[in-house]
Amino acid sequence: MTPPRPAAPDTRPPVSAVGIESVWKFYGDFPALKNVNLEAPPGACLALIGRNGAGKTTLLRTIAGFSRPGKGAITIFGTSPREAETRRLMGYIGHGISVYDELSALENLTLYGRLYGLPNPRAAALDWLERTGLERVKDGLVREFSRGMRQRLAVARAFLHEPKVLLLDEPFTALDDRAIAVLQRLLREALASGKTIVMSTHQLREALELATHVALLNRGQVAFHGPCTLELVSDPGWVYARYGEG
Amino acid sequence: MAFFRQVFVIMAKDLRAEFRTKEAINASLSFALVVLLLFSFAFDPDEETIRAISGGLLWIVFAFAGTLLLNRSFARELNNDCLDALISAPIPGSALFLGKAFANFLLVLAVELVALPLFGIFYNVHWTSQFWQLMLVIVLTTWGMTVTGTIFSALTVNIRLREVMLPILNFPILIPALLGAMQLTSSLVAGKPITADNDSWLKMLIGFDVMYTSVSVFLVEIVLVS
Repeated sequence: MTPPRPAAPDTRPPVSAVGIESVWKFYGDFPALKNVNLEAPPGACLALIGRNGAGKTTLLRTIAGFSRPGKGAITIFGTSPREAETRRLMGYIGHGISVYDELSALENLTLYGRLYGLPNPRAAALDWLERTGLERVKDGLVREFSRGMRQRLAVARAFLHEPKVLLLDEPFTALDDRAIAVLQRLLREALASGKTIVMSTHQLREALELATHVALLNRGQVAFHGPCTLELVSDPGWVYARYGEG
Repeated sequence: MAFFRQVFVIMAKDLRAEFRTKEAINASLSFALVVLLLFSFAFDPDEETIRAISGGLLWIVFAFAGTLLLNRSFARELNNDCLDALISAPIPGSALFLGKAFANFLLVLAVELVALPLFGIFYNVHWTSQFWQLMLVIVLTTWGMTVTGTIFSALTVNIRLREVMLPILNFPILIPALLGAMQLTSSLVAGKPITADNDSWLKMLIGFDVMYTSVSVFLVEIVLVS
């Protein structure tokens, strides 16, 4: 009997957590994204920066699978973001809080827990309400919440199913101090546990404290992409001055 | 089983949200009652005329009152960008669509079942002699109306004039179903059961429901993800 041959070494390149290959996105004839190539390895935090209208939100929404790229491909751990199993890996915080005003905080989180197929949606909801400091108002209707409480609930919703990839569209904008502190703590914990984060932001200081990589978008194109260096953290405007439109 | 559970979760969420605010159901019910009342004042038809026009009158009221409910179906998700969260959840578009369609169906049916006895009172019509056959026609037509209305509600959700666009798109599609429902309802209210003479309308209603449910389930993912 011949001994089994040793397995050949895996020479395939490691699968990136988020892969963006030659992506174009058109609104009518207007190209909102032009041949964008980016990738975020597992455990990385990619900060998308750029002026208003640069294409950050369009890119994040395309990564999240809300819209299809006109050309090119988006992959999450090598699979399409529109596949159900891939969507289970993603958590998204957009401009809206994505919770229902007519439902209570607990009902909202339990609803999303059920949609994500969590084994015990109510227990997960209660856990995240506690982690975001909302356990005392769990039965209150969201329409009665203050803005800060609503934002913390939005954060709890996005983290509820323990996603491996977090897509955050200007997550620090309009947050109160407590919500910023909660979000920064959760994002640090997420990075420490190997999760991947892609966030668009105007708040360079808050974002660069977390970012491992930075990409500057300018009129739908990647003007700069590289690791987040000490130089960038100490002078966040540098990348704009050098690669932006001035 | 997971698929049906997802459908149920979406349906329960929509019904719970609607019963908390009662925005759409109150508007729809009020509209149906006002129109029925206005018609009863505007015309003074004899018993024969009422029986002849009952199907048309009822289904015009049901269709417009139903549109008020259907308009809110996906528009409700725009508040706080909840539609994004639903689209990014790991559920098929068809489960989202069917959950919403079932919730809409129950709401529209509830409005119809309140309006129907009031129609009988306002117009002094004994409409219950073919009760179960009438219920069958109402259920089949309401499902058809709900399915097309829900898919067009998804299609028009990001349009500024969606309240106008939904009936403009939906009613032409509904013409065959409404024609059948009007014919059958008029004869059932007059006490005539469905026979071989007019059961082709019933078959057409069933065909309409099957066809538009299948097409909508197939297309909803394309409609939702631009």
